[in-house]
Amino acid sequence: MTIATSAHPSAGQSGGKTQIKPYTMNFGPQHPAAHGVLRLVMELNGEVVERCDPHIGLLHRGTEKLIEYKTYLQAVPYFDRLDYVSPMCMEHAYVLGIENLLQIKAPLRAQYIRVLFSEITRILNHILSITTGALDVGAITPALWGFEEREILMEFYERASGARLHANYFRPGGVAWDLPAGLTDDIWEFTERFPKFVDDIDNLLTNNRIFKQRTVDIGIVSKEEAFDWGFTGPMLRGSGVAWDLRKSQPYEVYDRMDFDVPVGLTGDCWARYLVRMEEMRQSNRMIRQCLKELPDGPVRVEDRKVAPPPRGEMKRSMEALIHHFKLFTEGFHVPAGETYTAIEAPKGEFGVYLVSDGTNKPYRCKIRAPGFAHLQGLDFMSKGHMLADAVANIASMDIVFGEIDR
Amino acid sequence: MSEQALKELGDHIAATLGDDVLKVELKLGELMVTVRRPSLIKSLTFLRDDPTCSFEQLLDVTAVDWPEREERFEVVYILLSYKHNRRLRVKVTTDEDTPVASAVPVYSAAGWFERETWDMYGVFFSDHPDLRRILTDYGFEGHPLRKDFPMTGYVECRYDEDQKRVVYEPVRLTQDFRSFDFLSPWEGMTNVMLPGDEKAQAPDTGSKP
Repeated sequence: MTIATSAHPSAGQSGGKTQIKPYTMNFGPQHPAAHGVLRLVMELNGEVVERCDPHIGLLHRGTEKLIEYKTYLQAVPYFDRLDYVSPMCMEHAYVLGIENLLQIKAPLRAQYIRVLFSEITRILNHILSITTGALDVGAITPALWGFEEREILMEFYERASGARLHANYFRPGGVAWDLPAGLTDDIWEFTERFPKFVDDIDNLLTNNRIFKQRTVDIGIVSKEEAFDWGFTGPMLRGSGVAWDLRKSQPYEVYDRMDFDVPVGLTGDCWARYLVRMEEMRQSNRMIRQCLKELPDGPVRVEDRKVAPPPRGEMKRSMEALIHHFKLFTEGFHVPAGETYTAIEAPKGEFGVYLVSDGTNKPYRCKIRAPGFAHLQGLDFMSKGHMLADAVANIASMDIVFGEIDR
Repeated sequence: MSEQALKELGDHIAATLGDDVLKVELKLGELMVTVRRPSLIKSLTFLRDDPTCSFEQLLDVTAVDWPEREERFEVVYILLSYKHNRRLRVKVTTDEDTPVASAVPVYSAAGWFERETWDMYGVFFSDHPDLRRILTDYGFEGHPLRKDFPMTGYVECRYDEDQKRVVYEPVRLTQDFRSFDFLSPWEGMTNVMLPGDEKAQAPDTGSKP
């Protein structure tokens, strides 16, 4: 399963009993249960984890540095590549940050579309998280079923944005373009049968004896620990804190949405699994509500200094042509200032700390990735557990290296 | 989170911490407090434990590099209060050599955030339990997010077939890194006198000949 790099000569005979010294083991960086390129240096006493030191940064691409050299608009695609299983939510935080600095607000239809796709993204993310988590503890079927649904959702992504994964669909001041004809009907059809899929996964896992043996009472995080270690999202709600930025600090049209926030009681891996399951059902509810209420109207602000003019206008108006040219070469200037904008991403609080110096490029863009804080807590969560439980912990944290390493 | 509530909170912090607070700002509906560097830990502990503040969680620690300033780094602590549903940013300034006290005793989460800030900016945190690099490569030199660090870096690595290992070499660019100056005279130079501008500002002499 793993490769031992520095196993000390472990056996020393004393009084007929074999004494096993603690030894250091290397886990990853190429390991299917590491959810990417996680390298763990673990100190084990037999099979019990005494210390685990995650070595991260193997996927570090210098996103924050690159963003400083790009205009605000050119930096949007970098956000898709952070948490690549929930791309649109990453974009969402960034465009909200820019909109906050520019003091503009997207039109209502755009806000609905963004919420609609944020919730589709949440389902996308949670399907991956739950099913691969189940895979890590020995259940193969959910992953096979889940990826089928993910494929359908990514098709919606593709129809809206043109890309299955790296959507680049949200823009400062709205979304890139309106939804194509017929997409809303197909999403509606999907939401009608999706609860059945969640029930199927529920039947497979929730009361499954093996799954419960592997997750119940594993990696218990108390409320205080969750606060202290900067845990957010399902990691926090699993520990009994009723906190969701969509409810407590609603952005876009979340204050109009009708949904419940599930809260776990035990703070273990199983509670976090249950929270995610319920969040998928609630997201489904919100998608249906968005589709029902989706208003007509523009999908991008009319301000030509921020959003490009429509193609037709450019054929006739010189001014529109100039605006288009300026926007895609120089980009728009953002007034000097700074903001920390956070959204409830599927993994937790994803924040963008944006500092502008009044030019067309961000002066500093710090990305607050929820997974970074969660992974830091792996050491205290896994201490005293078996090696295999560390894998269950990693799975329940919903680790994705794109956002942790940035 | 009304502006009024944040303003009151800012006044409360300024009144209680007194001289330790250098500046309280409320911009774009977000509260920022700049504190003196030596009293950072005292301030953070107060902000966490005081019932009016009650910032239970440290969400992030980061820095911003302003090379032209005397103390070039601005270290930013982003806090969140669950009890009052409020956010706050605490800032301290420092330079390359002066250490900042580590916030790990107050918030455990600070450990990795400070490691990242050290890695990216070279801001030193004193009494940090484990101040190693975190995101960059093993054996990396320099602090990449500093403004004087080039975006293309200094070294690149490749697998060398002869030596059968990964080797590091100075960066070779087939084309120079191109940086376009987009600051047009129309927006970036609003206060600069361009030839001809004096006519626009000439006082209206009134009657035409």
